[in-house]
Amino acid sequence: MDIHEYQAKELLSKFGVPIPRGGLAYSPEQATYRANEIGGSKWAVKAQIHSGARGKAGGIKLCRNDSELWEAADALLGKRLATVQTGPAGKIVSRLYIEEATDIDREFYLSYIMDRAAERIVVVASAAGGMDIEEISQKEPDSILKVAVDPAVGMQAFQAREIAFGLGVEPDVVQRLERVLLGAYRAFRDLDATLVEINPLVVTKDRNVVALDAKMSFDENALFRRPQVSELRDKSQEDPRETYASDRGLSYVGLDGNIGCVVNGAGLAMATLDIIKSSGGEPANFLDIGGGASPERVQKAFRAVLKDKNVKALMVNVFAGINRCDWVAKGVVEAIKDLDLKLPVVVRLAGTNVEEGRKILEQSGLQIIPADSLGDAAKKAVEAAKGNEQAAA
Amino acid sequence: MAIYVDENTPILIQGFTGRIGTFHAQEMIDYGSNVVGGITPGKGGTTHLGRPVFNTVKGAVDETGAEATIVFVPPPFAADAIMEAADAGIRYCVCITDGIPAQDMIRVKRYMRRYRKDARMRLTGPNCAGTISPGKAMLGIMPGHIYMPGRVGVIGRSGTLGYEAAEQLKTLGIGISTSVGIGGDPINGSSFRDILEDFEKDSETDAVLMIGEIGGPQEAEAAQFAKEHMSKPVIAYIAGLSAPKGRRMGHAGAIVSAFGESAAEKVEILKAAGVKICPTPADMGATVAEVVASLKKVA
Repeated sequence: MDIHEYQAKELLSKFGVPIPRGGLAYSPEQATYRANEIGGSKWAVKAQIHSGARGKAGGIKLCRNDSELWEAADALLGKRLATVQTGPAGKIVSRLYIEEATDIDREFYLSYIMDRAAERIVVVASAAGGMDIEEISQKEPDSILKVAVDPAVGMQAFQAREIAFGLGVEPDVVQRLERVLLGAYRAFRDLDATLVEINPLVVTKDRNVVALDAKMSFDENALFRRPQVSELRDKSQEDPRETYASDRGLSYVGLDGNIGCVVNGAGLAMATLDIIKSSGGEPANFLDIGGGASPERVQKAFRAVLKDKNVKALMVNVFAGINRCDWVAKGVVEAIKDLDLKLPVVVRLAGTNVEEGRKILEQSGLQIIPADSLGDAAKKAVEAAKGNEQAAA
Repeated sequence: MAIYVDENTPILIQGFTGRIGTFHAQEMIDYGSNVVGGITPGKGGTTHLGRPVFNTVKGAVDETGAEATIVFVPPPFAADAIMEAADAGIRYCVCITDGIPAQDMIRVKRYMRRYRKDARMRLTGPNCAGTISPGKAMLGIMPGHIYMPGRVGVIGRSGTLGYEAAEQLKTLGIGISTSVGIGGDPINGSSFRDILEDFEKDSETDAVLMIGEIGGPQEAEAAQFAKEHMSKPVIAYIAGLSAPKGRRMGHAGAIVSAFGESAAEKVEILKAAGVKICPTPADMGATVAEVVASLKKVA
């Protein structure tokens, strides 16, 4: 789960990471009010969306007076902002963060990740902070510092010092940087984060160490013990089709094709996309209905897939273990009847009670296209989608 | 003798008396697994499904001599249950639980390093369908009847995709020595490489099918191992070749991600290591059949 910059900053500041003074605004009036409240003569108006690379996309504007503040806020609010990370559809801007401008002496890159190879939290830092960090990491991989933290004892002060000296900071700011490095680590650990990224982390002209930007993502499996994190979820930043599905316990990712997929298990769902593609079709979605494919879940899955109006045919691919095929078949039949579905539906069932399942589909009197293997199902689904597409044209 | 479990392995069920534990314990008993008891803290001394219930894993091991355990404990308590099994001297543990926090798994892995490698419990999962040595013992939640006994080892991340492979193999008359689910979580008990090592040593396994997927370094690591240390042929399918590029937050992923994490890169690395690739998920059975047939010719 992702959160906004201002939320990440608030969390990090509780762990001793200094942040610039700032406040939230939902309207141009509020933007000017906040700026005056903060004081100073220069402010950054920052679009709050769940994405990095906002600066390059025009989502961050520097302002020097009320009319500039008003214009910047008015231009950003209510618009969709597309960055290289969001894709062309972009994300809606409904909140702005107004922040005092900082006089920067040096910029660094800092992040904490869950490293799958090391099976540890790894701290990543670079003296080349700012917007071109990915390019720099490709060209000069040696300029990236990495430190793995032993989970038994947590991050140690010497590890923070190694990073601080490795970044080449002057002795007078080493201690401040060390505090930031250890604080952000504790935030990661104590809040069950999967990512903390501070880019840039800056040394100001008056020798302070400040997080100018901040991103945090969290382990969804740990939200049960982090209520203070789960309440920060902003559904407006998520794909509505995915939100609809996840609210119903389904794992859904929208794609651009026209064959809707209903599958149990993430691996089989991915394999289903692969086989549709290699059979010459385009899947409309990834959908994992989970282990227990009860009739209710099948019906919810159908509804989720059909929210996508591009869908021209459905492919149901269920390998029943705990859940039995007859049960899944009932769910499919009920879903088609309840939704009064006119699209072609290819159903491939395998596993426990497969014969009973097929019989239920056959006897339903519905136009269900049965398939007896993965390859067969994909071929029939691709044909059905093409046929339906042509009929419509 | 298959790996990890056979008909003689004494098995415990952690989370024995819960709804899910009860259902699958019964399925395992019906399959012929040697279930000797279970653990539900607070219910020690009672009997469930005709087997004794214990308060602690240590108590159960002392009493029954159990060597393997399967964990059905809910996510908040699952890491604790795994560490308890490791501490009680269990040799092999399968964790079925889906939804364990990643940092809990980091702690589990760190905890298990206190044991010397030869004395360390083998953990597979979490978030997997378990392990089955067809015709001998089932330590999992899979439909046992789709697995035919035989001489091909199977390792997979995904449960249902593993079922798919088992069914394709059965249709072609190819049996399985042991099928091991290593689970879909980013931090798991054992990697493909760990299981390959054990299949290489197993006198009842002739070839290994590994079913990987997009993300993580474990398939590339397995390719290296297969190339340098395996005499038995390895066949692989990697799911996710057509998966869209994941949306992401920030730059960290791009900075640290190594070559070999996308499905296409995994296929390339495995191919270069001499691993036979299944072009589509519908060809897993046929590709294994081809390799098995060529083995017979050599013999």
